Amino acid sequence: MKRGIQNLLRVCGITAGAAMLCLGVYREETEAILHKAVKICLECIGIG
Amino acid sequence: MKKSAKMRRQSRFRLLIQLCAAALFNGYIAGFAKNKIYTGKLKTVCVPVLNCYSCPGALGSCPIGSIQSLAAGKSHRISFYVLGTLVLFGTVLGRLICGFLCPFGLIQDLLHKIQTPKLRVPKTPDRIFRYFKYWVLLLTVFLLPMLVTDRFGRGEPWFCKYICPAGTLEGGIPLLARNGMLRRLAGALFTWKAAVLCLILIGSVFISRFFCRYFCPLGAFYSLFNRFALYQMHVDHQACTGCGTCAHVCPMAVDVLKNINCGECIRCGKCRAACPEDAIHIGHRQTRR
Ligand code: SF4
Ligand code: SF4
Repeated sequence: MKRGIQNLLRVCGITAGAAMLCLGVYREETEAILHKAVKICLECIGIG
Repeated sequence: MKKSAKMRRQSRFRLLIQLCAAALFNGYIAGFAKNKIYTGKLKTVCVPVLNCYSCPGALGSCPIGSIQSLAAGKSHRISFYVLGTLVLFGTVLGRLICGFLCPFGLIQDLLHKIQTPKLRVPKTPDRIFRYFKYWVLLLTVFLLPMLVTDRFGRGEPWFCKYICPAGTLEGGIPLLARNGMLRRLAGALFTWKAAVLCLILIGSVFISRFFCRYFCPLGAFYSLFNRFALYQMHVDHQACTGCGTCAHVCPMAVDVLKNINCGECIRCGKCRAACPEDAIHIGHRQTRR
């Protein structure tokens, strides 16, 4: 891959990643994640 | 092939980092003692690796589990927070995360050290099977949890429920081993998940990084970033004599000389340590071909 394209994709990746992360925090997704993560996930452990 | 001192040093260094990362992501020692999971605020943070949030030691959330739980819920569906975290890690490190940080990668590496004859999967089936992990990502992590819903509009985390070996190994087995009530609830689904886990663990003894190669949805996601991530590797073709040592030691069967930055390279550094000409480097190509 050409260096210029690599650099462009890096800038896009970092900008998009940071923007998505902030949007997620703004939408209070972290609360939904916390809510799921603090209880034993029955599907994960194979109970259903 | 005999390991050189450089290879041994590199392998010990990587093992040390892998152990530290596994300890850091699962540092809630009280959880193991009390057979309970951590319920503090740190769990809002998504770790960049496959590490079940129902492991008694887990301090953070599993990104693959979190994507599914939001996709299966009614409020958000797409988790920008988790995807953003993964895009950032992918753009900076690519699959270096798989080679150095992921606890389930470490487990596979340790299993592969067991002295048995090893299997080299022929190129064509190997190439075909590798696409399977992208289907696992698309179907079981995104589409099925979002689209297959009950009458209340709730879906299920398909990857966690039917496939994830990390959940069974890190969460299911330790919790069930010491909790009679959970054991009584375990039925056909647990038997299925235990069978999947056994298949993957046995597969990892004979085929290096069996799960990472063919099934891991997180590895599939990070593989999209390897070609342009900030962490790059290159081969100095002027120094290379074409002896093939690098390809021989590669646990992911990467065609090192042609395509070292392909999506399959987990940046373990084995090729670099094994090269007798020191022709493999971290970073961008400096010399002209
Ligand atoms: S491919 Fe998946 S299981 Fe393997 S090291 Fe990467 S994140 Fe971990
Ligand atoms: S190409 Fe080198 S760094 Fe990449 S997986 Fe193979 S041995 Fe490891």
